[in-house]
Amino acid sequence: MSRRRFLIRRFIMLLCSLLVASFVIFGSLYVEAGSPLAALTGGRALPPSSIAVLDARYHLNESFIQQYWYWLSNALHGNLGISIEWRENVTTLMGNLTGTTVGLVAYAALIIVVLGIGLGILAALRPGLLDTSTLVVTAITAALPSFVAAMVLVTVFAVELHWFPALGNGTGLGSDIQHLTMPAIALAVSSLAIVARVTRAAVREEAGKEHVQTAISRGIPMRLILRRHILRNAAIPITTITGITIASLIAIDAVVETAFSLNGLGAFLVKAAEDKDLAVVQGISLVLVTAFVVVNMIVDILYAVLDPRVSLGTTAQ
Amino acid sequence: MTAIALRRHRSTKLRHSFAVLRRSFALLRQTGPAGIVSAAVVAVATFVAIFGPWLAPYNTELPDTQLAFVGPFGGHLLGLDFEGRDVLSRLLAGAQSSMVGPLAVVVISLGLGVALAVTTAWRRGFTDASISAGLDILFAFPGILLAVLATAVFGPGLVAASIALSISYVPYVARVLRGAALKERGQPYVAALEVQGASGPSICLRHIVPNMMPLIVAQATIMFGWAMVDLAAISFLGLGVQAPAPNWGVMISENEVGVLQGYPLPCLAAGACVVLVVIAFNILGERLFERATAR
Repeated sequence: MSRRRFLIRRFIMLLCSLLVASFVIFGSLYVEAGSPLAALTGGRALPPSSIAVLDARYHLNESFIQQYWYWLSNALHGNLGISIEWRENVTTLMGNLTGTTVGLVAYAALIIVVLGIGLGILAALRPGLLDTSTLVVTAITAALPSFVAAMVLVTVFAVELHWFPALGNGTGLGSDIQHLTMPAIALAVSSLAIVARVTRAAVREEAGKEHVQTAISRGIPMRLILRRHILRNAAIPITTITGITIASLIAIDAVVETAFSLNGLGAFLVKAAEDKDLAVVQGISLVLVTAFVVVNMIVDILYAVLDPRVSLGTTAQ
Repeated sequence: MTAIALRRHRSTKLRHSFAVLRRSFALLRQTGPAGIVSAAVVAVATFVAIFGPWLAPYNTELPDTQLAFVGPFGGHLLGLDFEGRDVLSRLLAGAQSSMVGPLAVVVISLGLGVALAVTTAWRRGFTDASISAGLDILFAFPGILLAVLATAVFGPGLVAASIALSISYVPYVARVLRGAALKERGQPYVAALEVQGASGPSICLRHIVPNMMPLIVAQATIMFGWAMVDLAAISFLGLGVQAPAPNWGVMISENEVGVLQGYPLPCLAAGACVVLVVIAFNILGERLFERATAR
C-alpha cells in the first residue's frame, strides 16, 4: 500500500466515524419512547408558537433520514440548533466556552509531552533511585482519577499553600494561566504517568539493542546515540501512547471543568445533560467527538510517517 | 460418554471444584507479593460491596446538619460529612453502588467482546473485515461522552451510564481478544476437531473460549479498574448514582464544599477508596496479563 492510499483510506475511515457518530447523536432524539419533540423540549411545556418553530427547524413532519440530513447540513454550516434552556443559538453559547476548553486540553497536552516523555527518558537512562521512584509514583498516579487529583490539588495548593486560585476562570492571559494550571495538572496526571512508563520501557528496550551497545563501545557520544539510534526507534510507541492519551483528555475534560467550576464546553455539556437540554448536548457532543476522531487520525498518520512499514502494508509487530 | 464415565464424572465434581480453587491460589502465589496484596484488597472490597449496608454502624442517609463537617470523635472514625452523616458508614454502604456498576460493564462488554472476537477469528474473511471495520468506527465514541449522551436522553442513573460505557468498551475488548482467538484458531487441535466433524460453535464454546480464559480474566480485571474510574466520574458529575444514595463518586462531589472550607477528610476518604481499589485491580490485572501472555 502506498502512502497516498494509506492516507486516503484513513481519511475515508474518519468520515465514516464522523457519520456514524453524528447518526448516533441525532438518533438520540428518537431513542426514548415518545416523540422527538418531547426529547427536544425535555418535558417542558412550551407555547404553540415555540413548538411551531421547533417543528420547522427540525422538519419533524418529514422522514427520519430527511430530518437527519437537514440536521447534519445545518451542523456543517455551523448551525447546531437552539438551546431550550437558554433560548439562544447553541453555536453562540459554545463560542464563549471553547477558548477555556482548548486552552485546558492544550496545557495538559503540553505537560504530558514535556514531563511524561522527559521523565520516561530520564528514568530509562538513569537506573537506580530515580528510576525506582518514578516507577512507584507512576504506578499510583496512573490509577489516580482526574477528579480525585483535583480534590488533592485544591486541598494542598489552593487551601493550604494559597499558590493557585481554587475555582473558576481567570481574567486576562496571566490570570487565565494561573487558573488553568491546577486543572491542567489534574487532567494530565494519570496520562502523564502512563506516557512516562511506556517511554521508559521503549527507551530501555532500544538502549539494550546490539547496535546501540556497539555504538557505545565505539565511543560515540551518548547524546548522539540517544538522538540518532534510541529515540528514533522508541518514538513509535511513544507517539502512539501520547496521542491516544491526549485524545482521551477530550472526554475527561468535562470532569475536570466541573471539579474546578470552569466555564468550558465540558462543564456546559454536563449541565445541559442535567437540564435535558438536548440541542446543547448534541452540539457539544458532536464537536468533542469530532475533535477526538481528528486527533486520533493525526496520531495514525504520524505513526505511519515514523514507521514506514505501516503504510507499506506489512504488519509491524 | 458411557454411563460409568458419567457417574465417575459426577462423583469427581466436588474434587474438581477443590482443584480449581487450589489452582487459583497457586496462580495467585505466582503473581508475587504485590499481586497477593492487590487480591486481598479486591477481596475486602468485594466483601464490603456485598455486606456493606449491614456493616455500616450508622444511618447512611439521615442528615443532621448541625453536625456538618465535624471531625472524628467517639464511634465516628472518619468524622461526619456535609450533612452530618457518618462518613465511614456511607463509605461502607457506598461500596455496593460503586462496584456493581463496573461489574455490569465488565460482564456486558466482555460478553459482547468475546463473542465478536471469536466470531471474527473463526469466520475470518469478509465477516472479520466488516466487523473489525465497524469496531474501528465505534472506537470514535469516548466512553464518558457516550454515557453523558445516554443520561441526557434516558435521565441520570447507573443503568443508562453502565450500558453506554459497556458499548464503548466493546471495541477495546474485541481488539485485544481477537488476536488471541486468531492464534488459538491456528492451533493443530482445532484443525483436528474440525476433521472429526465438530461444529464451529461447539469448538469455539468448548475449546477456544476456555483456552482463552486466562487472558479473558486478566482483561476483565484491568477493565474493572477503568470502569470504576469512569462510573465514579459520571456519579461525580451528578449523572450516575443520585444523592442522597451513598456512592464514592457522589461523596467526592457532595463534600467538595469541605475541601474549599479546609476540611477535606470526607471528600478525600471517598477518593482514597476509589484509588485504592482501582490500583489493586490494575496491579492484579497486569500480573494476570503477564502470566496469560507468557504461556
